Amino acid sequence: MSENEPAVVVKDLYKTFKLPHEQHSGLKQHVVNIFSGNKGYEIQKVLSDVSFEIKKGEFFGIVGRNGSGKSTLLKLLAGIYVPDKGLVQVNGSLTPFIELGVGFNPELTGRENVFMNGALLGFSRKEMEDMYDDIVQFSEIEKFMDQKLKNYSSGMQVRLAFSIAIRARSDILLIDEVLAVGDAAFQQKCYRYFDELKKANRTIILVSHDMSAIKQFCDRAILISNGKVILDGKPGDVAVEYERLNYDKEVNTEDSSVGKVDKRVTLSTLNPKGKNVDTFEYNTGITLKVEWTDEYKVGAVGFLIYKNQELIFATNSFSYGEFLDKREACLNLKLDLGNGRYNVRVGLFGQEGRHDFLGMFDDKTIVIYNQPQKDKQGNEYEGVLLLDNEWIS
Amino acid sequence: MCIHLITKASERIKRYLFIFIPNGALSYQSGIINCRLMKLSNIFSRRNRILLRELVITDFKLRYQGSVLGYLWSLLKPLMLFAILYIVFVKFFKLGKEIEHYPVYLLLGIVMWTFFTEATAQGMSAIVARGDLIRKINFPKYIIVVSGTISALINLLLNLIIVFVFLIINGVDIRWSLLLLPINIAELYIFSLAIAFLLSAMFVKFRDISHIWEVVLQGAFYATPILYPVSMVVAVSPIAAKVLMLNPVAQIIQDARYNTVTHQTVTVNSLINNPFIAAIPYVLVLLSILWASWYFKKSQKYFAENV
Repeated sequence: MSENEPAVVVKDLYKTFKLPHEQHSGLKQHVVNIFSGNKGYEIQKVLSDVSFEIKKGEFFGIVGRNGSGKSTLLKLLAGIYVPDKGLVQVNGSLTPFIELGVGFNPELTGRENVFMNGALLGFSRKEMEDMYDDIVQFSEIEKFMDQKLKNYSSGMQVRLAFSIAIRARSDILLIDEVLAVGDAAFQQKCYRYFDELKKANRTIILVSHDMSAIKQFCDRAILISNGKVILDGKPGDVAVEYERLNYDKEVNTEDSSVGKVDKRVTLSTLNPKGKNVDTFEYNTGITLKVEWTDEYKVGAVGFLIYKNQELIFATNSFSYGEFLDKREACLNLKLDLGNGRYNVRVGLFGQEGRHDFLGMFDDKTIVIYNQPQKDKQGNEYEGVLLLDNEWIS
Repeated sequence: MCIHLITKASERIKRYLFIFIPNGALSYQSGIINCRLMKLSNIFSRRNRILLRELVITDFKLRYQGSVLGYLWSLLKPLMLFAILYIVFVKFFKLGKEIEHYPVYLLLGIVMWTFFTEATAQGMSAIVARGDLIRKINFPKYIIVVSGTISALINLLLNLIIVFVFLIINGVDIRWSLLLLPINIAELYIFSLAIAFLLSAMFVKFRDISHIWEVVLQGAFYATPILYPVSMVVAVSPIAAKVLMLNPVAQIIQDARYNTVTHQTVTVNSLINNPFIAAIPYVLVLLSILWASWYFKKSQKYFAENV
């Protein structure tokens, strides 16, 4: 195998599922359906036209909301599902583990489960015996190895499963949502293991909801939404876009009452290049621009920035002057706010001054990313604001 | 230790059987076949062997877990069935008086039939029972079905030991033809495996199959000359006896009895003169394993979605 060859190639991948309308595993139902012309199922497109490549030694992230198709994609990569159309090419061996502890049997002892699980990874009894002590030691449950698995706590089960899974020698590892389980100490163990993998230049595919893990470990990530790859790029950008996707859903359901939806007033957020976007890098300039039609006579404009319904910043134009004969107003801001989502709202006032409030208009979400993790003195920090600080001893 | 050896031997048989089934791990490649992957098939087959072994061991451990007599039950169950059938049919209904060593003859038939029902029933539910595994790991699915039938095969071999004890107690002449018994067992295993493949693949989609199969087995038990000697059927209707003997299980059991217990046993070859017709049961076994493998291979791609 040459060095430059991709580890995984996915090309024009399509996958649909037949969703049965009701319990449909009986022969009778099948016969009834044939006669009534009822197909008995619905076709659901899960993935359409998915293409990407993963290079050797890359730590690759797959991000997406629940039901976006990312687990299906993982199963296609693992060869558990067969694509309807398209190609999945895997160069090298691949650990088939989608989840920890697959094949664990509650009626068997911890020891017996170690051997069974090892067999699923392709280890013979002899090989498992050689690494048995290490596995037990790593999982920290020496005392319980001869107890049945059903008497284990869920944390113990995960620890045991993880200790076996990290023995896998394959070229490509698939990891799905491992970090969702276990306590903080166990997560630390996972992270340390990921660090080791990264150093060893293994090819890893990580599926996670945890954006900090994606940003910390991945070299590259894709974002999947409704079965399509909508972004393929740096983990930071993907994380931001993912946050925005999550937020869009929330806004649509709950928050529309705050700003009046009025087509005669539009709010845009411009980046330094003058493009209307909603993601901004930390500490860049932003221009808030509001435009209105001549049905409105606007005396003054106010801009407000909220985070989680809390006002972060607001200003108005009363001391600046009037906009009576204009159709737009702009405000330049420097965005030294921390990573995350913010809402921008605009309030318009009529000719009569402060008491002539026309209303709050438009509610736009912007996302700020790439906030440095350290301040000028080199102290680590996070949060919405960077406050002047000094350590004293 | 004994189990270990048996597993090993039957694994070997299995490998020969599956030469015509290409490695399942490759089948998800749509269109392009990657040559590099083909070379990996050696490793896959090693992995499969390891997996098969663990599955069989697990099956065996789990089956009698929590029961006081444990493994002994696999011996006791056919013996008890034998006792019942012996008392009812041999003592009360006086069947098989004209056949020498009829109790051993009966026991051998029961033991082989028990294997057939066990292997097909376990093979059938194997895929569905291991659904969690199939949904999450990619590995050749046939291993699961094979492991189900192998546990039944181990039981059969243990039971055959009992049969031999009875053979000796009854003072049956041990003939050279006894050496042909492994061939009969192999044929029975292949036929059971074929049915297990078919049923397991169908069972994923139609759960009615298990009930249907239960009834079919019940009927087949009486349609197969296990309790009664074939000569009884011949006396009533020679045609019916000939049709009866075309059933591969009937042919296998009668051949095994002929080879092991007594040459008085009516076999396909002694009953049907036309060699082409007499070959039908053997051909059926061959066709069934070919068809079942093809069908299983075709449907296994969608097990993970449907199970």
